[in-house]
Amino acid sequence: MIEILATRCTACNTCVSACPDHVFDVGSPGELPLIARPDQCQTCFLCELYCPQDAIYVAVGDPDAIPRSALDSDPVGRIRHDYGWDGGTDDPLRYFWKLGPLLRQGVEISSARYALLQAGKENGLREDGAPADVQAP
Amino acid sequence: MDEISADVLIVGGGMAAGWAAVAAAKTGASVVVADKGFMGTSGVTATAGPNHWWVPPDAGRREAAVRKRLETAFGLADPTWMARIIDITWRSIPELEPWYPFSGDGQGGVYRSGLRGPEYLRALRHYATSLGVRILDHHPVLELLARPDGSIGGAAGHDRLTDRPWRARAGAVILATGGCAFRSGLLGSYSNTGDGYLMGVEAGAELSGMEFCIAYSISPAWLSTRTLPYTGARFFDAAGRQLDTPGWDRPREYLCSLAAAFRSGPVYADLHEAPRELPGVIREIQPATVAAFERRGLDMFRDRFEVKLFGEGTIRGTGGLRIADACCATCVPGLFAAGDAATREHIAGATSGGGAQNAAWALSSGVLSGQAASAAAARRSHSDRQSRLLSMGGAGLHPTGAVRPVDRKAVVQTAQAEILDPDKALWRSEAKLSMSAKRLEDAWEDVCGSLRGEGLDAVAARETAAMAATARWCNAAALARKESRGMHIREDYPGQDTDWSRRLITGGLETVHTQREEAPVSELAL
Repeated sequence: MIEILATRCTACNTCVSACPDHVFDVGSPGELPLIARPDQCQTCFLCELYCPQDAIYVAVGDPDAIPRSALDSDPVGRIRHDYGWDGGTDDPLRYFWKLGPLLRQGVEISSARYALLQAGKENGLREDGAPADVQAP
Repeated sequence: MDEISADVLIVGGGMAAGWAAVAAAKTGASVVVADKGFMGTSGVTATAGPNHWWVPPDAGRREAAVRKRLETAFGLADPTWMARIIDITWRSIPELEPWYPFSGDGQGGVYRSGLRGPEYLRALRHYATSLGVRILDHHPVLELLARPDGSIGGAAGHDRLTDRPWRARAGAVILATGGCAFRSGLLGSYSNTGDGYLMGVEAGAELSGMEFCIAYSISPAWLSTRTLPYTGARFFDAAGRQLDTPGWDRPREYLCSLAAAFRSGPVYADLHEAPRELPGVIREIQPATVAAFERRGLDMFRDRFEVKLFGEGTIRGTGGLRIADACCATCVPGLFAAGDAATREHIAGATSGGGAQNAAWALSSGVLSGQAASAAAARRSHSDRQSRLLSMGGAGLHPTGAVRPVDRKAVVQTAQAEILDPDKALWRSEAKLSMSAKRLEDAWEDVCGSLRGEGLDAVAARETAAMAATARWCNAAALARKESRGMHIREDYPGQDTDWSRRLITGGLETVHTQREEAPVSELAL
């Protein structure tokens, strides 16, 4: 579900060209872009990232998407801000190098857990199926 | 009709297309990129953050890296190609310095091996533009155009934003159209419908390694995201019982275990045991992943959430257009393939080229094809460049029978069901594959015989045709390879067979053919 915020949109049509999947059409002169093919939206948020006015909001998970007003904090503009494309961050990619190490740490965690579960199977199990030395959340 | 002319025409607008454009333009060629979407957001890299195979120019370290990867390629990769792509990758990424906001590596240096998708593709676009490359966004290609001698001399398509047909005449054409995930919902893959495979085969090209199309990524059930947060996840069934899921160090066991669990009901992930540092930095590394939860009112690290496996088809698989030389040429003169549109067996063999190898391949095959296409264009005579051009497109454009409505949704669902269903893909057998072959054949006949799209609708019709064709080739290759190797596991042929230490060529439109490559990979001369 895509929402174009009429109060912010300047009809620059950046979203029409930036969308990789041809969701939008240019509207009548001076009018908002049209959400012409919402079924082609893959919820990649890249229209939001490219929108210089933060005038688009892409809700997640049709058909039961949650309205923005029901969320704890206002999500409008959040994508562009988090990517650092709104100029609010000096060094938006400062932590990007951690991607690899964090992926590997996760792999080690799941691998070690499985090894423990296997060992636990041999040594008897707790009631919930986890070995005695794995803590419940 | 808009007529365009260029030395090199690149079809696609992702990572491989971008590097191909840059490499061709650097040789002095005039270059046009025609992308279905927007060069910068199109394709699976734009929503990702690819790490590249990254080994410094130290002979010992590079040899060791190649040797290590060969061990998991199951005899189908080629060490010469591997060494070349490591080298090209190492030399190319620093060229993006003026356009990409490189940052630190945590050790006082610059982090160059991994780049975040939106910034990477934006940088490639700027780099290509600075070299004079002409970019045609929203210009899907519908078919290749051949000269009377069979060589490729252009392409025809439809401009989606102005709803007008266009044609390009070119000295050579590069297919960088990505792989095919059969519209599984995999992030970034909506437009990756196998268009290049279909157009290539129509022009006379062959495919290789299509049986290696078994890959899945786990994500929240409602939206495919990058998988960084889930590598340490615990999984639970609907009753709250923890599943005994193998770790990510055993990809096949992990997948099989989850696939089995999904048979008995929904599966939930719990990220309480994620790496401790992850919650603090994930928003800066992958903002879109956080949005997938926040916009559902969920805290990804506290709330349990339902998950789903999203099929990745040939994107994380390794099959694609067969490469006939050392420079990414197909067997059709004037036609080249790069990135996921090409086979990645050269560097990944029978296991996934996912992650670092695939990114290095997209980059390097782009560079190699860009240079070679420019040279091929320069060799074309003036009269060649002016010659008559013939339409090569078939299914979806020119049906063999009377035009009648085709249930396109049903065609795509058939492709998804036969290729992506984990029960069929992870445990293949003659019986299952033969049943699938029949259903895919019926779907293909329907498409080929009756489907015709006109104007803008031709784009969707061709996408449907490409997915149906790709599924048929994947299945035929899986049926033909009577052994188990890498990601291709046959219940009826559980062992690896040395007679099959060869790549498998697939092709054909009216009837599908498969054929073992004549020489084992170790004897193939480059």
